[in-house]
Amino acid sequence: MHVPDGFINAPVSAAAGVVAAAAVAVSLRGARRELAGAGTGGGTGADRTAPLAGLVAAFIFAVQMLNFPVAAGTSGHLLGGALAAILVGPYTGVLCVSVVLLMQGVLFADGGLTALGINISDMALTTTVVAYGVFRLLVKVLPRTRRSITVASFAAALLSVPAAAVCFTALYALGGTTDVPIGKVFTAMVGVHVLIGLGEAVITALTVGAVIAVRPDLVHGARDLARPLELRTAPLAGTAPAAAPDQTTADEPTPASAPASTPTPAPAAPRRSTRPLWLAGLAAALLCAGGLSYYASSSPDGLEKVAHDKGLDSKTEAHAAADSPLADYSVKDIADPRLAGGLAGVIGVAATLAVGTGVFVVLRRRKAAATPAADADAPAPAPAEQG
Amino acid sequence: MGAGHAHKLYRDGASPVHALPAHCKIAAVLGFVLVVVATPRTAVWAFALYAVLLAAVAAAARVPAGFLLRRLLIEVPFVAFAVLMPFVAQGPRTHVLGLDLSVGGLWGAWNILAKGTLGVAASVLLAATTELRQLLLGLERLKVPPLLVQIAGFMIRYGDVITDEMRRMRIARLSRGFEARGVRHWGVLAKSAGALFIRSYERGERVHLAMVSRGYTGTMPVLDRTTATRTQWTRAAALPLAALAVCLLGWTL
Repeated sequence: MHVPDGFINAPVSAAAGVVAAAAVAVSLRGARRELAGAGTGGGTGADRTAPLAGLVAAFIFAVQMLNFPVAAGTSGHLLGGALAAILVGPYTGVLCVSVVLLMQGVLFADGGLTALGINISDMALTTTVVAYGVFRLLVKVLPRTRRSITVASFAAALLSVPAAAVCFTALYALGGTTDVPIGKVFTAMVGVHVLIGLGEAVITALTVGAVIAVRPDLVHGARDLARPLELRTAPLAGTAPAAAPDQTTADEPTPASAPASTPTPAPAAPRRSTRPLWLAGLAAALLCAGGLSYYASSSPDGLEKVAHDKGLDSKTEAHAAADSPLADYSVKDIADPRLAGGLAGVIGVAATLAVGTGVFVVLRRRKAAATPAADADAPAPAPAEQG
Repeated sequence: MGAGHAHKLYRDGASPVHALPAHCKIAAVLGFVLVVVATPRTAVWAFALYAVLLAAVAAAARVPAGFLLRRLLIEVPFVAFAVLMPFVAQGPRTHVLGLDLSVGGLWGAWNILAKGTLGVAASVLLAATTELRQLLLGLERLKVPPLLVQIAGFMIRYGDVITDEMRRMRIARLSRGFEARGVRHWGVLAKSAGALFIRSYERGERVHLAMVSRGYTGTMPVLDRTTATRTQWTRAAALPLAALAVCLLGWTL
C-alpha cells in the first residue's frame, strides 16, 4: 500500500525524505561491499553493484506481481523487503526496494512523489532492517542447519510487515492530516498487517528454502553456514580420499591425489569463537539484573500482586529461605531498596552463571573423554537473567 | 530487447510537452506536487484550478482524457481508505443523507482524494510524455547519484525480461496441469520465485561480465550532454509557477 500525496503533512514528509536519502546513501556504500563479496568472481565491487542490484530490483519488481491465491477469489502478493534482505543482504535490500519504489512513483504513479521519503523509510528501510535484525539474531541462536534458516526467515518476514505498519502509524501520529484516533489507526493497521505478514512469512520461508536447496551460496543470510572444504583422510592412506559432503563448496574439485601431504590451512578455522556471544550475553544479563531492576516495579510478579490484592496470600507461609541474605531479591543489610534489588540481581546472575558454567564444563569434559574427536560445537550456556 | 524500450505508459507524440528536456519536466512536476500538498484543504476552488492547469498541460501534450482517467485507477486502494475516514475520525459530527459523519473526517477524506489525485495525474502526465531513457537521464541531471540511476536503469531494462521469464514459468506450470487455487499450492509458486531469483542473479552476473569485457569500469559514458535552454526552463516552470500563484491566493483568501 503506497502512501499518496497529501496523506502525511509536509514537515513530516520532508523529514522522512531526509531519513530516506541518508538510508539510500548509506546502502549505496554498503551494497558495494556486499556485492563485491558475492559470487565466484573477485570483483572490486564498484562495477558489480549496478548490474547485480539492478537485476535484483527487477526480480523484486517482478515477484511483486506473482499472485498467491489465498481462497476463492482473493490473492496476495509478496512485498519482498524481508526476502531481499535475506537473499542479498540488508544494504542491497534497502537499495533495491527503494529503487523499485522510486520507479513505481515516477513511472507508474504508484505512491506520491512527495510521499516518496515516507514510502522508502516505511516499506524499504523498516521492513528490511527489522527483517534482517530478527534473521541474524535467530540464526545466531538456532543450531546451524538449513532448517533454522527457514525458520528464521519465517520469523523475520512475519515481524517485518507489522513493523512497517507500526512505522506508518508513528508517521501518521506525527503528521497525519486527519485526526483519526491513533489507537484506531494502530489497531487497524497492525491487525491487518499481522495477517499480511503471515502470508509474507510463509512465502518468504518457502522461497528462501527453494533457493537454499539449489544455490546456498547465493543466500546472503546463510553465508555463515558454508564451511570451508574439509579433508578427511581415510585410515588407509591413499585408498579412499573422502571429501566432506559439504553443501556449498562441494563443486570445487578436491585435491584428492595427495592425502598424505595435505596442505590443509588450519582445519580448526571454521569454528567460531563463542566468546563474543558469551561476553555480550553476560553484559546484557548484568545490565538487566543490576541496572534495569532499579526501575522495575516494586511488585514485579503478576501472580504475587493479584494474590496480595485479593488477600490470597494471607495464609502463605514464609519460604524456607526467607531469612537468607538474598531473600526477596534484595540484599539484607542495604537500606536503599532499589540498590539492594540491583545488587541482589547481580549476585544472582553471577551465582547462576557460575553453576551453569560449572555444569557445562563438567559435561563437556565428560563428552570429550568419551569421544576424543568430538566436535565441541555445543552452544554456550545462555547466561541466566533474573532481575 | 529489440522492440524499443517504450514502456506501456509512454505515448509517442510531437507536442511541445514531449519536446521539453526530461529534467525540466521532472523538476516541474515535483514543484507542482509540492505546491499542491502545501495548499490549505479548505480552499476547494484552488484544487479545481489545479485540475484545470493539469488539463491544459494534457491538452498541450495531446494526451486523451480517457487515457489519463484510466491511469488514475491506480489510486483506488487509497480511495477506499479515504471513504472510511468520515466514519472513524473524531470531532464534531454532521448528518449527510442520514449518515452520521465526522466533519474533520470529511475534510481529511477530501484532502487525500484531491491531493492524491492531482499528484497521480501529474506523474501520469510526466510518464506519458517522457521516454524512459530520457527520464533516467533527467534524474541523473538532477543530481540523483549516478549509481542509483544506473541501478534503476538496469531494473527498467531487465524488468520486462524478468517478467517475461516469470510468464514463461507460469505457462510451463499451466501446460503441466498445475493451477494454483489455494494456500496448498504456495510451495510450487515459491519454488518458482526461488528459481526466478537464481535466474535473475545469474543473469546479473552474466550482464556484468559482458559489460566488463566491453570496457565497463563502474560508470556509464555520458553520450548526450543536452542542456536545457532558458526558454525551455521557462516553459517548464509555467506549471509550478501558476500553481504557486493559486496556492498563495488560497492562503490569503
